[in-house]
Amino acid sequence: MSATGIGATVRRKEDQRFITGKGHYTADVNRAGQTHACFVRSPHAHARIKGIDATAASKMPGVVAVLTGADLAVDKLGNLICGWMIHSKDGSAMKMAPHPALAQTKACHVGDPVAVVIAETLAQAKDAAEKVQVDYEVLPAVADPAQAQSAGAAQIHEVAPKNTIYQWQLGDKGKTDAAFQSAAHVTKLDIVNNRLVPNAIEPRAAIGEYDSGTGHFTLWNTTQNPHVARLVIAAFIGMAPEHKLRVIAPDVGGGFGSKIFIYPEEVVALWASKRVGRPVKWVAERVESFLSDAHGRDHVTHAEMAFDRDGKVVGLRARTIANLGAYMSTFSSSVPTYLYATLLSGQYNIPNIYCEVDAVYTNTVPVDAYRGAGRPEATFVVERLVEVAARELSIDPAELRKRNFIHQFPHQTPVILAYDAGDYNASLKKALELADYKGFAKRKRESARDGKLRGIGLSAYIEACGLAPSQAAGSLGAGVGLWESAEVRVNPTGSVEVLTGSHSHGQGHETTFAQLVSERLGIAIDNVSIVHGDTDIVQFGMGTYGSRSGAVGMSAIVKALDKVEAKAKKVASHLLEAAEGDIVFKDGKFTVAGTDRSVPWGDVALNAYTAHKFSGQELEPGLKETSFYDPTNFTFPAGCHVCEVEIDPDTGETEIVNWTAVDDFGVLVNPMIVEGQVHGGITQGVGQALLERAIYDKDGQLVTGSFMDYCMPRAHDVPSFKVGVTVTKCPSNPLGIKGCGEAGAIAAPAAVINAITDAIGSEQIAMPATPQAVWTAIQRGNATRKAAE
Amino acid sequence: MYAFTLHRPSSVRQAANLLAKSEDAKLLAGGQTLIPTMKQRLASPASLIDLSLIEGLSGIELRGRSIVIGAMTRHAEVADSPVVQENLPALAELAGEIGDPHVRNMGTIGGSLANNDPNADYPAAALGLGATIVTNKRRIAADEFFTGMFETALGADEIVTKVMFPLPKKAAYVKFANPASRYALVGVLVSKRGREIRVAVTGAGANGVFRVTAFEEALQRRFGPKSLDGLSVPAAGLNSDIHGSAEYRAHLIGVLARRAVAAAAG
Ligand SMILES: Cc1cc2nc3c(=O)[nH]c(=O)nc-3n(C[C@H](O)[C@H](O)[C@H](O)COP(=O)(O)OP(=O)(O)OC[C@H]3O[C@@H](n4cnc5c(N)ncnc54)[C@H](O)[C@@H]3O)c2cc1C
Repeated sequence: MSATGIGATVRRKEDQRFITGKGHYTADVNRAGQTHACFVRSPHAHARIKGIDATAASKMPGVVAVLTGADLAVDKLGNLICGWMIHSKDGSAMKMAPHPALAQTKACHVGDPVAVVIAETLAQAKDAAEKVQVDYEVLPAVADPAQAQSAGAAQIHEVAPKNTIYQWQLGDKGKTDAAFQSAAHVTKLDIVNNRLVPNAIEPRAAIGEYDSGTGHFTLWNTTQNPHVARLVIAAFIGMAPEHKLRVIAPDVGGGFGSKIFIYPEEVVALWASKRVGRPVKWVAERVESFLSDAHGRDHVTHAEMAFDRDGKVVGLRARTIANLGAYMSTFSSSVPTYLYATLLSGQYNIPNIYCEVDAVYTNTVPVDAYRGAGRPEATFVVERLVEVAARELSIDPAELRKRNFIHQFPHQTPVILAYDAGDYNASLKKALELADYKGFAKRKRESARDGKLRGIGLSAYIEACGLAPSQAAGSLGAGVGLWESAEVRVNPTGSVEVLTGSHSHGQGHETTFAQLVSERLGIAIDNVSIVHGDTDIVQFGMGTYGSRSGAVGMSAIVKALDKVEAKAKKVASHLLEAAEGDIVFKDGKFTVAGTDRSVPWGDVALNAYTAHKFSGQELEPGLKETSFYDPTNFTFPAGCHVCEVEIDPDTGETEIVNWTAVDDFGVLVNPMIVEGQVHGGITQGVGQALLERAIYDKDGQLVTGSFMDYCMPRAHDVPSFKVGVTVTKCPSNPLGIKGCGEAGAIAAPAAVINAITDAIGSEQIAMPATPQAVWTAIQRGNATRKAAE
Repeated sequence: MYAFTLHRPSSVRQAANLLAKSEDAKLLAGGQTLIPTMKQRLASPASLIDLSLIEGLSGIELRGRSIVIGAMTRHAEVADSPVVQENLPALAELAGEIGDPHVRNMGTIGGSLANNDPNADYPAAALGLGATIVTNKRRIAADEFFTGMFETALGADEIVTKVMFPLPKKAAYVKFANPASRYALVGVLVSKRGREIRVAVTGAGANGVFRVTAFEEALQRRFGPKSLDGLSVPAAGLNSDIHGSAEYRAHLIGVLARRAVAAAAG
């Protein structure tokens, strides 16, 4: 391993600019003659728009234009779409309701944009927005997914009777029911996977610009996947043909999934720029983020796990209602289906699994992928069931897990996935050691002496990352391919630019991708730069989400580097006057095998461009190669987290006193960055378990609409983590990488709730386990115990 | 934010004059409550009268058996003040638990008391320590100052200039922070000065900060946490929201009061 190669802890190259205030975000972009947009948003969860009077607003100082859904219709712009087709049990296609970028006939959630004011300054745009008169006829609303399908519930979209988008299933119902019938023990749980607001540190933003001379559009946008944004805006919205639309995603300050999707605001900024003939800039305020960024999770589930006499799992069944909000966001349909039910086997050998999912519309912000996307929900179901079952069966939770682990690979689960490699025992064993599982009983006694309740909880999670191959994704309904591309561009002086279709918004690609190139070509890491986030520069790309950039994005770079090396060997063979087959490339040098004759990397790069030593008929000049890499399988990161809590029974406050994470991410490119991802992921998961919840009242108003009421995790909410790794290489990609970006958020919620329920001796606690919720659960437990006595 | 006129007077008299004659004017202290409300366009004063350039409005002084704190004194100054730490540590600790460092470096004691947020910490200190609020016109005992949620006895052109805290023999403040906002979900200040015992509760009352006479009487008999055993505050009439039901708040008042008494007695 070189000092900057694969496996080295290299400091993040991008941090110099980020921590010195030199990052360049969409909000930092200012275009000559730019105007500012302020959206008029519905204050009602559900209301017919009877009319919009913009007369007064249009006369306000500085106003350039006031545009409404009717103007969109005049320009015949297409609707926003959901790009993953799901079919119901009965074979019918999902019920996708029209989603115009500005509401046309009715507003379907609080915050739904109904008009936009374009003005010289932001203050003027805001002043005028207040003067736009919208005549609403308020309609009954439904916000609770569990209520959405009931007879009396408000009906949101005509195309979806009973607000039902699809009724999907996976697995063999008959076999699973039979397994339950003959089971020795069945554990049952009702679970609410709480709705979350993503809250990336950088709010979404967009600047649209139209060049009437060339007919070209440019969109600066906070997106995790600029090419996908361009494709959707070109092909479905019909704003501009793809070759006349450039999407630039400069530095992006966090996404967690929420910046994958194509949103109304960027479409409107782009469209309005042509309408008004000037660039249009929009930057979300935090309050708008709460009301317009796609939220995450929001499942209501009943789940059961069946065991035989030996404590072996014989079946799992789950029935889930998934809230997709008011409209189907870009990938919303796939999250509670193929990213969820396929993971219900967890790390266990479960012969029979059956899952039914109803996706529903409600009068809430659309729900889509959020760090982990479906996999945290699945892990929560599986890991809560196993833990509760262990308690019911009086088997040690670690032992029950061990008894059911998958040992043979590859392993075909009954829910599509074929796990390729792993060693679940190894991560469990290491986690228990690091967590001093054996010493827990003593620590619990010590806590009890201080009047505290101590609990320990495990979460042996698995995830499927790097969704692939494209053919398989397509057969499951994906509207896009899920490969990745890379172009390796060697300059005459030997430095290298990598153009990647992945997109970094916190992951550290500028460092990790450069480590790969540095090691492979034997050049200094500073001689490598990673270029991403501009559709005019980068060939194409599917972007970054689902922990795919290491496994898929870097594999594409490996492929391109293979081609570069092959070509460079050809150039070297001319320089060394040797047969191409005799050239060996190692440590940045091309050597004739068995001799000491060599040329360094830099000479080969230069000669590739001067082309003085070979004829253009024989060999093309230049040294630049592109690759599109399509994986052969998902990757399967897995591991075991152990959470230990101490609860103050007087107040219900939970303190996380120990956290151990042992993850198997395959080969680690940069252990420091991986550890950072683990820390961040766990903290986000702790946020879900203890603090965060988007609450809608019965009228569809978002009660937790700001940080005053929506609680994000802070540093003091988490302990210093103990992080360890075990390694089984991923067999399906050249580097053996599995992905690490989401693991913490997937593993954590179950670990926390398992620890809390262990401490209080009651399973009746929903997330977030706030002090009040824990205190109430303790009171309830005490009361039932008293009644029993 | 809407446009407004900014006045920057250099004396309390000037400030009071401006306040009396400008229509729809508001005093600006640390701006930690006022500015966010204006940014959200929930308040639109025509003019702001900034108190920060007025000399003598800020500072901490030990005068006899009292600590006197200027209205414009920032929370961080109170928290870090050796005078307060030594003579009235409960107050320094309370100030040090308000919001975050940014808020503490800007927010002022005068602004906090004048605002009388039902979840704010300083009202508990003022009521629980029997402070006197001094204005440009008069002195107001804390017992008369807080008149309801976001309501005080201050007149329309009245300005808080300082706050006088008589030094207690024993005092402690225990706060249970709202996990999201870090304001007090419930905060209890307990003090003993001579024969006088005060138990003031913030965060829980529908009308803002209040005293718990039942607790005070019990503590008169013996100042120790055990004296509060079996006593509780009725949940009826307490605040109830997504962060805490009235029952939970009532329960917390008991827990925190016992802890405060233990801390003060110990
Ligand atoms: C993120 C955040 C967290 C916070 N957390 C807490 C917390 O945990 N606990 C807590 O107690 N508070 C908290 N606060 C509030 C903070 O303490 C404020 O400083 C305080 O409420 C108001 O003080 P100010 O100096 O900022 O007043 P300003 O915002 O400037 O003014 C508030 C009001 O008081 C009036 N006013 C100001 N000074 C005077 C005066 N001298 N005489 C008469 N009227 C006056 C103003 O006209 C205005 O109406 C928090 C605030 C924020 C933004």
